[in-house]
Amino acid sequence: MSGLKQRVPQIILTVVALLLIASAFVVRPEGSNAPFVQRLLAFADQEFATWFSILAVFAFLLGGLNLIATHLAKIRDCGPDRFYSLVTLVSFLGVLVIGTAKLGGPPGLQGDVTAPGSWLTAVFDAVLSPLHATLYSLLAFYIASASYRAFRARSLESSLLLASALIILLGRIPAGRYLTAWIPEQLAFLRVEELSLWILRVPNTAGQRALMIGIALGVIALAVRMIAGVEKDPRSGGDGS
Amino acid sequence: MIAAIHLSGDVQVWIGALLTLMVFSFLWRDNPFYKFAEHVFVGVSAAYWMVMGFWTTLWPALVLKLFPAAGRWSSPDAPVGAWDPVALIPAALGLLMLARLWPRLSWLGKWPTAFALGTTAGYSLVRYLRSDFLYQIEATIGTGLAPTAAGRWLWQESLAQLLVLAGTVSGLVYFVNTREQRGAYGRVARWGLLVLMITFGASFGSAVMGRVALLVGRFQELLGPWLGIL
Repeated sequence: MSGLKQRVPQIILTVVALLLIASAFVVRPEGSNAPFVQRLLAFADQEFATWFSILAVFAFLLGGLNLIATHLAKIRDCGPDRFYSLVTLVSFLGVLVIGTAKLGGPPGLQGDVTAPGSWLTAVFDAVLSPLHATLYSLLAFYIASASYRAFRARSLESSLLLASALIILLGRIPAGRYLTAWIPEQLAFLRVEELSLWILRVPNTAGQRALMIGIALGVIALAVRMIAGVEKDPRSGGDGS
Repeated sequence: MIAAIHLSGDVQVWIGALLTLMVFSFLWRDNPFYKFAEHVFVGVSAAYWMVMGFWTTLWPALVLKLFPAAGRWSSPDAPVGAWDPVALIPAALGLLMLARLWPRLSWLGKWPTAFALGTTAGYSLVRYLRSDFLYQIEATIGTGLAPTAAGRWLWQESLAQLLVLAGTVSGLVYFVNTREQRGAYGRVARWGLLVLMITFGASFGSAVMGRVALLVGRFQELLGPWLGIL
């Protein structure tokens, strides 16, 4: 039994990954007379992505059930934050009912769940979108305070980082353009908007490419290790067993 | 002159504005209003994405394939499709994922996890090899270092491409940790580090601009639709 528990996940992982890798090198079969292997690889390439999306929805479902269980336990234990757990549960269940029953908008189950006028769209516009934008906009304040502490020009590296960030920022706002508008036409490449463009086009491109190639090599190595069964954690499902 | 305030009569605008103010109150310190907005966000976003996943993925790709007659509910005029037994596989994998809720059966949840990891590994290996490795190398050296236009050598373009090539190679050299970065090799790695710092600065500048744009958007919402000042 323990062999089944340990080996089956690794076999599934390896077979699925190898089928997908092989499918990238095989042309799509035309007609039903194509060899079985070719049809199998085309099937894998076509279906596995859909199955992955279906599993992602089940993962959401698992997350939702966990959320209900966690907050119900907090309410039952009468902890100090039970009111907020109740808020989470009510918002969660409310939107779940609104969305699953397709309330509002075009009639019944036939309508588009995101159609204008549907309650789910109203929830998105009135609650989700403002909260999302405001929570992310809060970072503007924290980035400002963090950069003040982190970007003091104490070395060549931090000076370059600071200068690059400042030029990019100034190059994208009208005030930045006014600052260097006095520079004569012959030296226009020294204007902040030109410098900003040059940084994005040359050193930033070089750095991004180095990062992308480095990350790609890392991802490929990790994928090979997972397929070969060398990587421990993914096979064990993250719980180390 | 202070512009006159014309408060909105739209409930949706009021809810959005009040939630925005509740989140901004965190700048003062953690408080019950912020906590309330935070918990609403958790509940609403979890349910919203779950519902979207159900109607856009689970319903057409699983429910309608296993229960074609259910299609009559969503589109009564459309012809009923055929039963697709292949859909039983993702359905079984999905149910096995839910087995994680029961400790004694949680080991079964590793099977769909393994499928998801296998899919990710399979797609990622090919995709990263193609788009983030080969195409990036091609973009760096594939166009040549002496571009011309109308028979004229574009020396500025050449210099830019040479700098991109040097920056990319030196950046990669900096990432190689299996060799001590000393001598000429160390100087190349040092150049790579400087290129990377400029890149991080540019990314930081862009991130700040994005956040500030969001902040401006929130203030526009408050001052415009809600207070009617703008």
